[in-house]
Amino acid sequence: MEREKLKSIIECLLFFSDKPLSIDKLAEIIETDNCDEIKGAVEELEKEYELRNSGLQVLNIAEGYQICTRSEFSSWVRKLYKSQTTFQLSLPALETLSIIAYKQPVTRGEVEKVRGVDASYVLRTLLEKKLIRISGRKKVPGRPILYGTTQEFLRYFGLRDLSEIPSLEEIKPPVSG
Amino acid sequence: MAYRVRLDVFEGPLDLLLHLIKKNELDIFNIPIAEITSDYLNYIRLFRRLNLDFAGEFLVMASTLIHIKSRMLLPSIEAAEEEEPEDPRVELAARLMQYQKFKEAASILKEREAIQRDIYGRLPIVPQDEDYTIEASLFDLVDAFQRVVFRAEKEVREIIQEDIRVEDRIREILNLLENRRFINFGTIFSGQRTKRLLIVTFLALLELIRSKMVFARQARPFGDIRIYRAKQELMAQG
Repeated sequence: MEREKLKSIIECLLFFSDKPLSIDKLAEIIETDNCDEIKGAVEELEKEYELRNSGLQVLNIAEGYQICTRSEFSSWVRKLYKSQTTFQLSLPALETLSIIAYKQPVTRGEVEKVRGVDASYVLRTLLEKKLIRISGRKKVPGRPILYGTTQEFLRYFGLRDLSEIPSLEEIKPPVSG
Repeated sequence: MAYRVRLDVFEGPLDLLLHLIKKNELDIFNIPIAEITSDYLNYIRLFRRLNLDFAGEFLVMASTLIHIKSRMLLPSIEAAEEEEPEDPRVELAARLMQYQKFKEAASILKEREAIQRDIYGRLPIVPQDEDYTIEASLFDLVDAFQRVVFRAEKEVREIIQEDIRVEDRIREILNLLENRRFINFGTIFSGQRTKRLLIVTFLALLELIRSKMVFARQARPFGDIRIYRAKQELMAQG
């Protein structure tokens, strides 16, 4: 397939999709095995949007790509979507999420041990928001439920994949005293 | 019953300890345990006075602190045998350090959340009319029309000579759909006061359906019928 046409098809798909599309998914739709070609075309598209100072951008998140608005134009979008609620996660929810992200798969008990408080309510909220999922059961007495993060977690925080969050060793807690 | 604020929804015992450490500018690895224990217990008493509902975990931490304090006061038997006795505060310090790291990780996520909130992707195409997916057949339409006529016969008694063409009704029906995604089958016929007008309207509707300018849909077989405008098919998004 001609390169420009391929790019146009990809552009159309990345624009129309309401969630990030993986290279594999794009290849499946376009009916090709040449994932390298697809990836190359996506990256070219990404650069083109960048170069022409578009209001849109090809975003590489949640192990896929999606055409989204640029953050510097958010105020305009918000003027259009007045009713859009700006939902924000609470601090306990963010802490619980970060524990799960680093220690997954992890049980409720393990989460509670780190934070020192009951986690059942927060876990339920995070499950409802599809930011975490039940990934199995731990093979210990009682077979407690194991939790892990989801694609939605990556998308919500604009992460390409889990490796994009700094490792625990890299994180320097504020020096006390 | 008095209103009680659940404290643990906001902060846990580790948060309180970190707060005390920061406030008193203490070293996590060398916490003056007697001092911090009495500070901690003062807070617990304060929570009680303020009627704050705190979780049992706060009391568990209080007992942990008291336990560490007592271990530091009493020489332990094992410690006497070893060259360097283990500091009972080590475990607590490690927990606090680990918790701080996760708190820091949470603040990194919070920053990312703020950035990401300013980036908009397309909204999912919500099939708001997802229930109305069954294409109504001609028989369904005739049935519905018969019900309209039956109701009208009971109401309409006068005979009015009024000439209206199918083409005009087509335009009027499209006007009705101008700013709406759909209208109910019955709405099209409301205000049509003669049998002749009802028939003309029905023919107009059939013509619109035939030329695919509108769609007649039902949520279930024999259910009520909605008339959808055709050109919005792809733009179903809100």
